[in-house]
Order: sequence, then C-alpha cells, then structure tokens
Amino acid sequence: MIELLTTRHNPLVDPTLHVWEWQIPVYLFLGGWVAGSMVLTGYLQRQARAPGQSSVSDRLPWIGLVLISLGMGALFLDLEHKLYVWRMYLTLQPLSPMSWGGWILLLVYPVLALGALATLADGALDRWPRLGAFARQLQSHTATRWLSVANIVVGIALGIYTGILLSSLGARPLWASAVLGPLFLVSGLSAGAAFAHVIAPGHEEQEQLLRFDNLFLMTELGLIALFLIGLLTVGAVHAQAAQLLLGGPFTAVFWVLVVGLGILLPLAIQSLTLAGRIPHTVIAPLLVLSGGLALRFVIVFAGQYSEWISP
Amino acid sequence: MARFGMVIDTKKCVGCMDCVVACKTENDVPDGHCRDWISQRLQGEMPDLRLTITSERCNHCDSPPCVTCCPTGASHVQDFGKVVLVDHGKCIGCKACLAACPYGARFIHPDGYADKCTFCMHRVERGLAPACVDVCPTRCMYFGDLDDPESEVSRLIATRRHFVLKPDAGTRPRIFYLE
Ligand code: SF4
Ligand code: SF4
Repeated sequence: MIELLTTRHNPLVDPTLHVWEWQIPVYLFLGGWVAGSMVLTGYLQRQARAPGQSSVSDRLPWIGLVLISLGMGALFLDLEHKLYVWRMYLTLQPLSPMSWGGWILLLVYPVLALGALATLADGALDRWPRLGAFARQLQSHTATRWLSVANIVVGIALGIYTGILLSSLGARPLWASAVLGPLFLVSGLSAGAAFAHVIAPGHEEQEQLLRFDNLFLMTELGLIALFLIGLLTVGAVHAQAAQLLLGGPFTAVFWVLVVGLGILLPLAIQSLTLAGRIPHTVIAPLLVLSGGLALRFVIVFAGQYSEWISP
Repeated sequence: MARFGMVIDTKKCVGCMDCVVACKTENDVPDGHCRDWISQRLQGEMPDLRLTITSERCNHCDSPPCVTCCPTGASHVQDFGKVVLVDHGKCIGCKACLAACPYGARFIHPDGYADKCTFCMHRVERGLAPACVDVCPTRCMYFGDLDDPESEVSRLIATRRHFVLKPDAGTRPRIFYLE
C-alpha cells in the first residue's frame, strides 16, 4: 500500500493536472477537420472535370480559411502569456512538435488562400484585373497540380501534428502512443469527408465522399483498437492509463459519444444510404463531426488525468 | 562544467516546511502557488508501516521533457550548472511544459509565464546555497556539483542508499533522496 500526501496545491496542476480546457480540444478538432478537407481538396483537384462542372473542392478552401481561423482563435484564447505569442515565430525548435505546428499553421493559410483565389468566378476576376490575372494563372493546369500537391502535403502534416503534439508530452501515459498522430489525421479526414458530402454540388461526388467517409470511419475504428492494445501491452503505467477508457471515468463518454454515436451509427446510416435503402441525410455527418469533437475532448481531458503512478 | 544536483536525507527530514517558506520568501512566490513542497508517503501493511517525508521541487532533469516540448525555447538548460530555467520574456504560456513534467513541478505564474524552482541560481552565482538548503533546521539537504566526484553530493550518492522519484518516467532527475 502506498498513501501519498502532499502540501502542494498549485492551480491547474493539483489535485490532477488540468492545464487545458475546451480551447485545445476545439483547436485540435478544427485543425484536424481543416487537415482532412485539404487532403480531400487536393485529391479532388486532381480529378478530371467537364468544363463548367463545379466541385466541392471549390468551396472547401473558403470554409477551411474560416475553420482554421476559428481554431487559431481558440488556441490563442488558451495562451496564458498572450502578448508574447510572436515569440513562436522567432525560432524553430526542432524537438518541439508545437513549434513545428506553429509553422505548419503559417503554411496552411497561403495554401488555402491560393486555393480560394483560384475558385473566383470570372465576374469577380474582371472587377480586380491584377488579382484576376493572378487568379487565372492559378487556374492553369500546372498550378492546379501544384496546389493539389500542396494541399495534400500540408493537410497530412497538419493532421498528424495535431496528434503528435500530445504524444510528445511523455509525462502523460495515455498520450504516449505513436498511433495518436494517424488517429487524429484519419478522424480529421472523416470530418472533412462528412462535411464535404453534405455540401457537394453533384450526386456523383457526394457518393464518392460518402464512400471515403465510410472508409475513414472503419480505419478510425482500427486505429482506436491499436491505440488501446498498444497501451495495454506496453507496461503497467500505460495499461492503467488505458483503464481510464476501459472502466474508468471517461469510459462512458468515449464508448457512447466517440465510438457509438460518432463512428458506428453514422457508418451504419451512410452504408444504408449508399445501398439506396435510405435517402442521404445530414444526421450522419453531424454525428461524425460531433464524434470527432468528442474524441479530442476525451483524449485531451483523460490524457491530462493520466500520470506516472510509480512513487 | 558543473552539473548541479541535490541530495536530501529522508532520515533527517521532519517535514517542518521551512524549505517551503524560505523559497516563498526568497523568490517572492505568489500566493496560492509553491515551487517546493513536502510529500509524505506511507508504505507497507499494518503493522509494518514506513513513513517517508520528502522535500520536492523541480528535479532539473538530465533529459527534461519540459525543455524539448517548449515551442519558443523559453524553457532551456542553462550552461552554468546545467540547470533547467524558464526565460519569462520568451514564454507564451502554452502550458505544454506543465503537461510534460511528470512531477507537477511547474505552474503558471499569475503574470502568465511558466514558473518553477531555479535552484536559486541568483544565490548560487554569488556562492551561496539555495534558500531551502540554507534554512533547513535539520541540515538534511545538500547542494553541489554531481560531476565532481569529490563534492559532498557525489560522495553521499556513492556511499548511501538512495532513490529518485518516478525513475521510470525516464527524465533522469537530479534530486536524490537518501534512505
Ligand atoms: S522536474 Fe519537471 S520541470 Fe523540472 S526539469 Fe524535470 S521535467 Fe522539467
Ligand atoms: S508555457 Fe512557456 S516555458 Fe512552457 S512550453 Fe509553453 S512557452 Fe515554453
């Protein structure tokens, strides 16, 4: 038996660590969503289109700009020493994923902005001739190819970083898993696909995105299983951290909101839609988005709760 | 080049909290926060119980995760004594270092930056011992250069049974407790 008494009662740290409130899960969710949208945009930009045919990839960069700005707003709200935020951009700390993330976020903006500019219609382009000429260049075949590659590369980097950010903080056993990076990326892809198939202009594209989303949801299930198996097998401290999701205080919300309502139910609904049994609905994508948000909340909150238990 | 560390004799420590008060006074630690604290571990089964009292603070780890995760370089290892410090003017208050420390040694100062024990570098640079070491009425704390085999701390570690806190967290802490 070990009983530990301490005189320390520092705010945010005691009795259990809770340095991050809603801002960080919201930021990680929005960042992941944008990451997924960018990868999908890059993919769709490579597909052949009939002249004049619209694609959801024309809308996603605009929405991405809004979402990433909201995400960065949430991140900014979390900082305790806000006026010093520019300090992030005077250095690149090679061992700090957070530092890398700061720079990746800076790359996200120009890629999204160029993508958005390339979608401007002729009327808008004529109104601002200089911008119009630049935008027309962006619409060229070569520029579209480059933009598509940039979207995919920056999107994957952003998605993975949102998970690695946590797994690099080794003091929290629940986060000590390399699976978190891919898991957050795939969850972001799923959120991106779910939202995109709601706003996709064409039936064909909608169906393609539905199929993608189902694939992402199934992959996410597999990664969640790997995440838990990894923690359970690596050692006692990590196994105890996994118990937070397997019988501990975060179990119900994880299995009900994240896995049940956020993955299994939308997977079933979308499969029925694809089989032509039920009409396309916004319920499934809403569930996917809520599940993605719940995943970030559970992992961020439970991770902070987990600690090295040895004396 | 020195590598400062501490040795604390749990056989002598009575948990009087003088070190905690000294630190608060010396470093103007804000109300409701502390840079060092006392823990009591009760181990064993009745009637075989053992109480260990430890005076704890930042361990100035040799592999400090709080430093590697810091996005601005505010958390750093100072050349002199290899002490882990925070440059307040660089800290954005992201709290990654609070989450990365397995010991809960850091907190956010009410002014917004991450704060913690500095091994009283302002005193050590003037040839004095850290305030907690100086004030201890049972003289249970020792401070010195772990890289100097002749130093008191090195000799105590070489000759007495000792332990560190949470060794499996992998941070290689530099505060050693004598059993
Ligand atoms: S005890 Fe914590 S704050 Fe101090 S050096 Fe080690 S990891 Fe960093
Ligand atoms: S809170 Fe400050 S010292 Fe800690 S990781 Fe963030 S910037 Fe670095």
